Amino acid sequence: MTESARQLAETIRVAGASVLATLTRTFGSLQLAEDAVQEAALAALRTWPSGGIPDDPRAWLLVTARNKAYDVLRREAARPAKEAFSGGQCQIGPDTAQEALSMLEPDSAVRDDMLRLIFTCCHPALAPEARVALSLRTLAGLDVAAIARAFGVPEPTMAKRLVRARQKIATARIPYKVPDDAELPERLPAVLSVVYLIATEAHSPSSGDAVTRIDYETEAVRLARLLCELMPGEPEILGLLALLLFSFARRPARTSSRGGEPVLLRDQDRSTWDHAMIAEATSLLAEAVRRSSGVAGPYQLQAHLSACHSTAPSWADTDWTRIVALYELLLEVTEGGAVRLNWAIALGEAEGAGAMLRALDGIAGLERSHLWHAARADALGRLGRSEEAAAALRTAIDLAPTAPERRLLIVRLSSIVDDHI
Amino acid sequence: MALYAALVYLPADEYWTDRPEQVHRPSDGYEVFAADAGAAGVLKGGQGLYPPAMATTITVSGGKGGDVIVTDGPYAEAKEVLGGYFLLEAADLDEATKWASRIPASWAGGKVELRPIVPMQE
Repeated sequence: MTESARQLAETIRVAGASVLATLTRTFGSLQLAEDAVQEAALAALRTWPSGGIPDDPRAWLLVTARNKAYDVLRREAARPAKEAFSGGQCQIGPDTAQEALSMLEPDSAVRDDMLRLIFTCCHPALAPEARVALSLRTLAGLDVAAIARAFGVPEPTMAKRLVRARQKIATARIPYKVPDDAELPERLPAVLSVVYLIATEAHSPSSGDAVTRIDYETEAVRLARLLCELMPGEPEILGLLALLLFSFARRPARTSSRGGEPVLLRDQDRSTWDHAMIAEATSLLAEAVRRSSGVAGPYQLQAHLSACHSTAPSWADTDWTRIVALYELLLEVTEGGAVRLNWAIALGEAEGAGAMLRALDGIAGLERSHLWHAARADALGRLGRSEEAAAALRTAIDLAPTAPERRLLIVRLSSIVDDHI
Repeated sequence: MALYAALVYLPADEYWTDRPEQVHRPSDGYEVFAADAGAAGVLKGGQGLYPPAMATTITVSGGKGGDVIVTDGPYAEAKEVLGGYFLLEAADLDEATKWASRIPASWAGGKVELRPIVPMQE
């Protein structure tokens, strides 16, 4: 794809999401709105390259998609079996430019529509996986094929899942609205977890050889920025965006330039980190602290953890005591093997390999995690128990889900074995 | 507005009584809920069910009009059994959820399942 074609697709994708949000409200159907936006996007891809991008791409897409939606409704109404439908609540409006222009509401209305779409797609009555897939489809505007690849399922399977999610929204009447202030504390975490899941998918492609084709990290940062704009001053949103940016800033150092192997944090070349982005994340985190009146949520705590690494000159000169303390705070508000695993690793830096091994062996339920076995191998190696370390690494290699991770572990194994020949 | 069936599931070990002749009496909590939901115009109906020990399962073998097979008890034993239902009319799932969370089973060891009702064909 050429640069201009890429930009064109990007413009359509970004504007398309907000058009989808507005049309879902006006027509009361996510399915209809999606079909209409899809057709409008195809029309844009056909006509814009020759005729040029319109001055207001969103307006162009909105008017085109709205007309497509009316076409669909007219077709439905024309079918004899659906006669009752034409007399129903769906109006088939006049096709005038004036009326279309009246749909172009001020920015505040667009903002509300986007929020409605976000809270609907991330409603707790939908399964977490369906929320992520639906958000990637509607909010990020990614196509079904790309989402299917990312989930490792065939495209028809993903299409069916998306249809089922939309059916549930329509049939169970999941409301298209922004929760009021009283409900917000209950509902916001589901939204943030979708953004977080999208971001973490970037770091651990669940299977497959290459890095997946969706740029999850960019999508997650984009969504977090959007949330920050839509709901300014929410401390957990600020914390989440800071967390994502701290991590994004390490991207240049995260994979080796030669084989694309993952490079562990301790081995990363910190001079290649994006320090402007780290500065932005730091000020966002400070803002989150100011606004959270002393009670840090899970994302803010993780952002603090990430900040410790981002501001340390090296792995050895990291404030490990603070990191251990932050993990212990985090364990009070979240559950999860991954947090406990990282706590154990931090303990290994703060107090030594003996404490790390004891902590690791105290975590139940991670027997199938290659990361847990790799961490045990590390602790055992540092304690001089190299045969046990090699055995743990072999288990980790068997369990590693991707080829680059497997290769990294094999390199570590060979270094242990070489040392003792 | 939409209609939902709020299916009330109760833990089988509490509901499945040793004395099946004993009539299951709804606790006060249900009366409070029914009164509140009724006053709000949300409650459109509902029934309590006798315990599964009182159930009879009917199947017809060999297709329609075949032999009627009558067996004692429910189709399958389960940890949670349907104890009754309420018919709720609400604007959307969020409003229905608010009401469902006030049905005692939802906070007293059981659970409530909200199922949208298929509209009657005209």
